[in-house]
Amino acid sequence: MYTLVAIAGLGILCLIAEIFNLRKAIVPITILGLLGSLVLNVADYGKTLSYFNNMIITDTFSVAFTSLFIILAIFLIALTPVVHKEHKAKISDFVAIKLFLLTGAIAMVTFGNLAMFFLGIEILSISLYVLAASEPKNLKSNEAGMKYFLMGAFASGIILFGIALIYGAIGSFDTGVIYGALLENNNVPGWFFIGIVMLTIGLLFKIAAVPFHFWAPDVYEGSPTLTTATMSTLTKVAAMASFFKLMTTLNRTVPGSYITIISIVAILSMTVGNIMALRQNSVKRMLAYSGISHAGFMLMVFFSPTFTAGTLFYYAAAYTLAGIASFAVVLFVCTNKENEDVYNFNGLGKTNPLMAGILTCSLLSMAGIPIFSGFFAKFFLFHQVFSSGHVAIVIVAIINSIISLGYYFKLIIAMYTKESTAEKQTVPFTYGAVALIALVLNIAMGLYPSFALELIFR
Amino acid sequence: MDVSFVLIILLFGAAATFFVGDKWASKAALFFSTAAFAAAIYVTYLFNQGMGVDLTMNWIKAPRILINFQGDGLSLSMLLLTTALTPIIILASFKNSIPKARSFYALIMFMAFAMAGTFLSADGFVYYIFWELSLIPIYFIALIWGSGDAESRRKSVIKFFIYTFAGSIFMLIAFIYLYQRTGSFLNIHLYRAFLTPQEQFWIFLAFFLAYAIKIPIIPFHTWQANVYQKSPTAGTMLLSGIMLKMAIYSIIRWQLPIAPNPAAEYMYVLIGLCIAGVIYGSILALKQDDLKKLLAYSSLAHVGLIAAGAYTLTLDGLRGAFLQMIAHGFVVVGLFYAAEIIQRRYNTTEISQMGGIRIQTPKFTSMFMILVLASVALPSTFNFVGEFELLYSMAQTNIWFAVIGGTTIILGAFYMLRMFQQVMLGEQNAKLFADITFGEGFVFVIIIAVLLFFGLYPKPIVDFITPDLQKILLQINRFN
Repeated sequence: MYTLVAIAGLGILCLIAEIFNLRKAIVPITILGLLGSLVLNVADYGKTLSYFNNMIITDTFSVAFTSLFIILAIFLIALTPVVHKEHKAKISDFVAIKLFLLTGAIAMVTFGNLAMFFLGIEILSISLYVLAASEPKNLKSNEAGMKYFLMGAFASGIILFGIALIYGAIGSFDTGVIYGALLENNNVPGWFFIGIVMLTIGLLFKIAAVPFHFWAPDVYEGSPTLTTATMSTLTKVAAMASFFKLMTTLNRTVPGSYITIISIVAILSMTVGNIMALRQNSVKRMLAYSGISHAGFMLMVFFSPTFTAGTLFYYAAAYTLAGIASFAVVLFVCTNKENEDVYNFNGLGKTNPLMAGILTCSLLSMAGIPIFSGFFAKFFLFHQVFSSGHVAIVIVAIINSIISLGYYFKLIIAMYTKESTAEKQTVPFTYGAVALIALVLNIAMGLYPSFALELIFR
Repeated sequence: MDVSFVLIILLFGAAATFFVGDKWASKAALFFSTAAFAAAIYVTYLFNQGMGVDLTMNWIKAPRILINFQGDGLSLSMLLLTTALTPIIILASFKNSIPKARSFYALIMFMAFAMAGTFLSADGFVYYIFWELSLIPIYFIALIWGSGDAESRRKSVIKFFIYTFAGSIFMLIAFIYLYQRTGSFLNIHLYRAFLTPQEQFWIFLAFFLAYAIKIPIIPFHTWQANVYQKSPTAGTMLLSGIMLKMAIYSIIRWQLPIAPNPAAEYMYVLIGLCIAGVIYGSILALKQDDLKKLLAYSSLAHVGLIAAGAYTLTLDGLRGAFLQMIAHGFVVVGLFYAAEIIQRRYNTTEISQMGGIRIQTPKFTSMFMILVLASVALPSTFNFVGEFELLYSMAQTNIWFAVIGGTTIILGAFYMLRMFQQVMLGEQNAKLFADITFGEGFVFVIIIAVLLFFGLYPKPIVDFITPDLQKILLQINRFN
């Protein structure tokens, strides 16, 4: 709980710092502050505590995910000053908005009440609308912001409607009360389930699962690259984690018909995401579609939700760390370029072997090649889905892993076999450091998977 | 000292090779690979003294995965093959000026590490990791340092990667399934999984996909010839000399003992497929004008015979497969090296462009001749021992297999000798062929010495592997 307050306070501090002309100190102070809140957060580990009449509940699940979000936010904020070199005056805004976004994300995994959950999702979404449109002179950024806002507002409306229906059925926003009511009472009104379906639709929109994915490629492509990185890492896993928490706190056992729907969505997301990614030339669009397919993989955790919290965390961490590292390289390569097409990466293996190596490793991790954590994430996931008896979906997932090699390798091949089009440029320290640290964390998770896997217990 | 020591040397060697820089990379790689070979010999010596060379360590608690490296007759003989061939392969690329040499040699060392790990792992999951890990270096070696048109090379290399990855991921599913049944990935536990024939069939099939693509067995061979032709010679040597042996070794170590039932039931189909590969490879080899492609197809034929021997489920077949794996590893590395030497001087691999080399370099010619004769399994070479055991085992199953499989020797003699005639003999070529250097000759002498020594006296290897093969055979026959 203190983490949440501290981070929100840090965001306000950022805004105040601008008034006192302390722009240069903002990023270091924020990162230190975030590290401090990470410690604060870890101090809560192992206990289940509730605050404000169950508005906020912290348990191992929320602490683990909050730590992941904070680490991701540190990476993203560290990248901010280099990316927005031209907008020095606005740096405090960018940092503050990211901090508020983080606050929203944390609220989304620590909620004990649907009102709190909705507040979290709105704080997160509004910050993102602003970030998506944060290049006012760029037509595409405007388009992305507008599109995301319109679609996101609809999704929020649907979620809110769902919450209202659930309230109508049970008479409470408190997840504990709803859970108890469901246990005692067998004939809940039918609109309760309609409410659940609406919540599901809204959240599937937020994680960009097929068939609610149409906004993702356009918004990802149009937004400034750093915002794309934020959306495809932090936001996606925040939405996924809160989806998981919501469904498991409202109802311990997920009913069969719901599983059927989720498995259809998962299969569609994987397949459509991968097949569309094969056809993309823009790296940002490609990563957007790859993110859609990863959302499909992550949805597979619903097949045995009592055991898969750890797996979801591991998958989310592996996917986001690889995402951060690859976006750092994309940012480095595509600054001052007109677009983010694959040909910009031609010859990177010669001009900049370190960054090329990091991008290669991250892509291999996403593709699920051993020793990188992405492989273990897929392995643990397949293992658990397999033991819950859903063999068919594992086979589909595997075929999708094979397809995904196609587009990840397109980029790798461009880096190593084609001649460079651009002259050599030196790597700014932050890009290199962020990419390298993310990769090291990624490999460390691969070499020692037990730690991250067993963080969450009930 | 346990077997992990060899792995550590190889891994450390890979890192050291990368960091000493381009100038010293080849020497560092040679030093560390030779050190690894020495360590492997020492470990084998310890094993023969009856000391334990295994390493067991906990790694992941749930699912339970152990790091377990096991040294026995089978894994140690393959470890020796890997560590012996690696310095030879590195030595063979010494004369080439390789751009970005440190990455090149580091990748070779890393590949040796991954392959050695595959042979040593007793835990199925760790085994799978090493198995997949060995794909990454060879992918980059073929992609970056390969020859020929960049676009077609890209296509064939990516096809190779996706093909093999697709095959092996089904093996992972098989392992996950086995884990559900037994709660362990250790091979000895998996042997005792008590699977129904139905389950065994699917497990067998999943393993078969992975191995058939890697070996390759018809009809999964389409990636092979192009990749062999387009890789740099060191890559081709790694692929044909060691990497395919990973698959045959895995058949004997994993596939047959875990799921012996389908192997017995579909024995005729399996051996038939393998022998079809033998005939097919031989006939295609007859038609090739590209030296490296010819060797690739001849390799397809030889490896098909080895796999056929392993699937006979007889002691002779398994032993023959092992002996022939080692013999073929050395011979094929030697032959590709000869092709490389010719390519260095003539800048081509087309056979029709060659000829008249014998008059200029009698030394090279005689060494090449011995390798060609070894490849067609002339008695007194190591290959004869292996091939004889293989054919003998097939005769025990069905005499016709041996008859048809035996044509590989006839066809092999035909295309190899014809190749030799066209490449080496004939009128003096207008092009000058410089005599081979000491370094080049040294590589040949080592290879030929190994082939002749074990051809005349195979007893040490046979004694070394037979007890463990008997244990495997006991597992295979546990249902009968």
